[in-house]
Amino acid sequence: MIKKLVDRLIHCGETIYQLKEETVSLIAFLGDMAAAIWECILHPKRLRWKDFLFYMNNCGPDGLPITIMINALMGVVLAYQAEVQSHKYGADNFLPMVIGCTILRELGPLMVAIVATGRNGSAFAAEIGTMKISEELDALRTMGIRPARFLVVPKMWAMLLMLPLLTVIGDCVGCAGGYLVLSSEIGMPLDVFLRLTRQGVAVKYFFEGILKSFVFAGIITTVGCWRGFRTGNDAIAVGRSTTSAVVISILFIVLADTFLAKMFTVFYGWQG
Amino acid sequence: MDETVSRTAASAAAPAIEVRDLSIGYGDRIVLHDLNFRIEPGQIVTILGGSGCGKSTLLKHIIGLHAPLKGDILINGRSIVHANEEQKRSIMSEFGVAYQGGALFRSLSLAENIALPMEELTTWSRQEIRKRVSEKLALVHLDGYESYMPSDLSGGMIKRAAFARALALDPKLLFFDEPSAGLDPLTSDMLDNVILEIREKTGATIMMVTHELPSIFRVSDRVIMLSAETKSIVDDGSPAWLRDHGATDYVRSFLSRGGTFLSSTTESGAPDGVPAP
Repeated sequence: MIKKLVDRLIHCGETIYQLKEETVSLIAFLGDMAAAIWECILHPKRLRWKDFLFYMNNCGPDGLPITIMINALMGVVLAYQAEVQSHKYGADNFLPMVIGCTILRELGPLMVAIVATGRNGSAFAAEIGTMKISEELDALRTMGIRPARFLVVPKMWAMLLMLPLLTVIGDCVGCAGGYLVLSSEIGMPLDVFLRLTRQGVAVKYFFEGILKSFVFAGIITTVGCWRGFRTGNDAIAVGRSTTSAVVISILFIVLADTFLAKMFTVFYGWQG
Repeated sequence: MDETVSRTAASAAAPAIEVRDLSIGYGDRIVLHDLNFRIEPGQIVTILGGSGCGKSTLLKHIIGLHAPLKGDILINGRSIVHANEEQKRSIMSEFGVAYQGGALFRSLSLAENIALPMEELTTWSRQEIRKRVSEKLALVHLDGYESYMPSDLSGGMIKRAAFARALALDPKLLFFDEPSAGLDPLTSDMLDNVILEIREKTGATIMMVTHELPSIFRVSDRVIMLSAETKSIVDDGSPAWLRDHGATDYVRSFLSRGGTFLSSTTESGAPDGVPAP
């Protein structure tokens, strides 16, 4: 009994120590990344432009089909669920507003970010982790090159540029998915859908979603690369890094979303 | 070479590498302790020892990838241990490293791999860089393979390409980690020739970690022998000297397992186990 308790206490202590180590490494990584980004702002020639274009294609056009499919389906599901409830109370006219607000403010940026985490965040961790195991990171260091500038900055700029663009497309197809359901279920014409959406959805909600997507892009790249740099040296280390990159990114994305949702609510309250 | 000179291997010139009271390890685990040695410019020195004695760990400390527990490492007179990040990058850009697996960047072609340090650390024009890349590839007998990706190359070609990249900025100090590990004898021989050719053409100081005794006898001027038991240097001298007069049975038997390879050459007067070209 006492031995079990002691074992649990030891395990608890080890977990806390590990958490502290990870936090310290994340802070160090953030500092290194910030220095590398600043270096590339001051000296744009030092940005690996070829890699930047590669990752732009990788994060943007390559992810477009899955983003369109997921967001359109989210719009469809949301519209179905909302229509069932609102129909009971004769509140069908509110549906375009509900769909528009939910997709523009929450579901659009969130779903795009989750898809990007699965596609790109995990890939960043796997790429850097594999490079670490094959001593490519050591090779960069001993060449006198800052790995963060070489590996993180092109990914960060590409993600910051492409995720908001994907979010705009995701918002559009999400709303279109919602409209398809309203059109087929309650026969709502397109002009009525558009008019009710314009009346109920403020432009600021669109920008709220876009701002969130910038934050999510930063989180996905930072966590993906950070986990890659933290990859161990054993055979399953890369798998562990990619898993942790996805799990930690999603956790941070949801936390950031919660914080931003509250922040915007307070901000809109001030605006009246 | 005179045995005494070979054993002490010291001269008045500033050493390329100087290790002072160095202790290395991970956390509480000490891998090697109280190491002291100097490597003179132009020498080819091999770090040798049984598996797990800390050869590669020592190499990684010397090239500044890990911080030691105690002591100092001077590269061309500058401490890599006490340098800040900027100074460390500057020291690191003065030497070249060829890693065990080559560590070529798989997303870059062979030419791009070799051009990378030149693009990142110099202001040379593209034409100049192209010319130098061709020169380096020719030096390791890989001319014509510029556009090949690392995945298209054999193990021996990857090692040679890693040599070429290590030589990109014409460093006077080179580190090779297991340069001929896992290669067939002919490819291994070819790499030995490349190492000797590099020294002949560039006059570089070369420090390598390897287990390949034939290679050691062929190219090394000096061997620093480590022991996992004492966690320190057990002997230091030319390969032939260590084989015949090593401080312990362990040293003599370790080197004699491959030492017969070139015994006739060394006995015939070639310096320090290096055969006459």
